[in-house]
Amino acid sequence: MEFSRRETLALGLGAAVMTVLPFRVNASAEDRIAEFTGGADLADTGVELTAPEIAENGNTVPISVSAPGATAIMVLATGNPTPGVATFNFGPLAASQAAATRIRLAGTQDVVAIAKLADGSFAKASAAVKVTIGGCGG
Amino acid sequence: MASGVKPRVKVPKTAAAGEAVTIKTLISHQMESGQRKDKEGNVIPRSIINRFTCAFNGQMVADVTIEPAVSTNPYFQFEATVPEAGEFAFTWYDDDGSVYETSKAIKIA
Repeated sequence: MEFSRRETLALGLGAAVMTVLPFRVNASAEDRIAEFTGGADLADTGVELTAPEIAENGNTVPISVSAPGATAIMVLATGNPTPGVATFNFGPLAASQAAATRIRLAGTQDVVAIAKLADGSFAKASAAVKVTIGGCGG
Repeated sequence: MASGVKPRVKVPKTAAAGEAVTIKTLISHQMESGQRKDKEGNVIPRSIINRFTCAFNGQMVADVTIEPAVSTNPYFQFEATVPEAGEFAFTWYDDDGSVYETSKAIKIA
């Protein structure tokens, strides 16, 4: 089977798109993590993320994060159109490096919390949340 | 959106010196995410509160960067140390440039 120049080009383009597409969904969440940590390794302990296993309404999902000694905690929703949720920066008068808020989730997905600890290292925690009704107007 | 925005803050009236107190804040705001569409299929422009800060006598307690995934009427709960009598200052920054402020005094019991 012979390929013309045009067909070969088209095939190559198609293949390139195919390889990029599956990564695109999570790429921005990965980008955000890389931006926050500067590419540093993520420890599995040191940060706690509390989220419900099943959220009936994705418009308001209560979550809380806690990371003793952290200076900042970033929360990401990996399955949202834009993954960023909020970044908590704690000042000298914060009694505990913990906060609670309510977030929107577009669908069933993992919520990720990344904490920047006082010694400059980073820790990560994630929680899977099942969402019955999505919360992004879709 | 500068109308109908009402901050509500719950801070104990008194605390022991050095005690940790729990602070709850809520501000009424529609937090339009910029993802929704109206009946004609046009995207409703984003309009959210993008930053919230809490300070006690000028010292920072918490500074939160907010993105569209935070729910309508953003609610935050956190803990602060009260070293002396003074005032908590809460500030919310809207996308449209509006700044909403409120403050609560606390006494040492």
